[in-house]
Amino acid sequence: MGKLVALTGNYAVAYAAKYARVDVIAAYPITPQTSIVEKLAELIESGELDAIMIRVESEHSALAATFGAAVAGARAFTATSSQGLLYMHEFVHWTSRARIPAVMAIVTRALAPPWNIWPDHSDFMDQRDAGWIMGFAMDNQEVFDLTLQAFKISEDPRVYLPVMIGLEGFILGHTTMLVELPEQEVVDQWLGPRKQEYVIDGKEPLALGNLAWPEDTEEMFMEIQKAMDNAKKVIKEVDEEYGKLFGRKYGGLIQCINCEDAKYFAVSMGAWSGDLIEAVNKLREEGYPIGVIRIRFCRPFPYEDIWEKVKNSKGVIVFDRSISFGAWGPLFTDLLTGLYHYTNNLPIMSNVVAGIGGVNITYNDFAKLLTSFIETIEKGDKPPVFTWYHKR
Amino acid sequence: MVKEVQIVKTGIKIPLAKPKIGVAGKTGFWRITKPVIDYDKCVKCFLCEIYCPVNVIRVEPDQGPVIDYDYCKGCGVCVDVCPTSALKLVQEE
Repeated sequence: MGKLVALTGNYAVAYAAKYARVDVIAAYPITPQTSIVEKLAELIESGELDAIMIRVESEHSALAATFGAAVAGARAFTATSSQGLLYMHEFVHWTSRARIPAVMAIVTRALAPPWNIWPDHSDFMDQRDAGWIMGFAMDNQEVFDLTLQAFKISEDPRVYLPVMIGLEGFILGHTTMLVELPEQEVVDQWLGPRKQEYVIDGKEPLALGNLAWPEDTEEMFMEIQKAMDNAKKVIKEVDEEYGKLFGRKYGGLIQCINCEDAKYFAVSMGAWSGDLIEAVNKLREEGYPIGVIRIRFCRPFPYEDIWEKVKNSKGVIVFDRSISFGAWGPLFTDLLTGLYHYTNNLPIMSNVVAGIGGVNITYNDFAKLLTSFIETIEKGDKPPVFTWYHKR
Repeated sequence: MVKEVQIVKTGIKIPLAKPKIGVAGKTGFWRITKPVIDYDKCVKCFLCEIYCPVNVIRVEPDQGPVIDYDYCKGCGVCVDVCPTSALKLVQEE
């Protein structure tokens, strides 16, 4: 049995890195991520964590140093937010395309300008074509569990891709919740030593990222696509194992709430799914047959799992906390294109973009949007395919 | 600081290269002009060996510079740095 401690989301990330016994941390401070690496620095200083903290002058160097350490065989970790993540972007691709396992926490925050430190998913979703496994937590316990699982998934030989874990800044990052921490010995046994395809440690001369022919280059990227497919299986296995050992199983790439007899589905990702679940519980009491599909991993995207749930449904409403300007919310467009593979007769699909720049969306907002969606369809009308829900 | 790492190979294609001679084929055929040496003028100063960007010149203690024409691309840097004009570029046939 583990122990219960009160942790902020950021501290839950730091403790997960500690339980994974990371060797190297390289990071640069940015709101709202900073308290993760402050906590890790504290744990190193007190001797509780045997690791090296590399202090760098920018996020670009933070991920470069994390990548370099990981290439040399270290279990390496970093964390960032917003502008910092954008500044890292070049090394986001280097890490995945070099097939190097690593874990990074993204404490999500809006993008500038205007300057804004409130949470949305714009920074996180901006990375979705980079070849990283991308998981997103709903509460602080899941932040801990997902971050720890990220090391296991990343270092699985069937995957060998880096993993980023998202959590909303402030909403999770700076609020406190009781989190159950496992026993270190059980974690050690389960996680095992670091695994990777190759190391560059100076013992033999090797060059990473040399010029390659187009055909070789393409074949390497085709293998990343294959690894993403493998990751779907690995994520589910890891969820199962973790459930057996530590008592918490989340359902793999998605979590389904009130789905059994649902005719309508609301899809979302992240902390605001908690408010969405509240709203759905309330609507259930009022007799609306609706369930929630919470996306836990958006890369690889869980097309099959969602299709299994929604194939007999009348309507699916997708809540996005980021916007692909000129298109729609990225979760919606991904889901829509994916489901088309299974049927020419899609359920009615609708997208709501909201909460951008940290606009607070409550369960009342969700309840209002959901009842309007359901009642429009029940009347025989078609709800708008895209709505930017704004309030002040 | 690596506590423990296991190399578990899966045979995936990775962007990793080992250095070897002629990894891009025999690049000598790219040459349109060729550096030739007048051994009477050479003072064995080693500048051509030091400056050669593709590392194909060796200055042998007795003989002087020896150029590996299989890989010399004829860039002419050696000719530029030679203090005694012992190296000249001639047109390739």
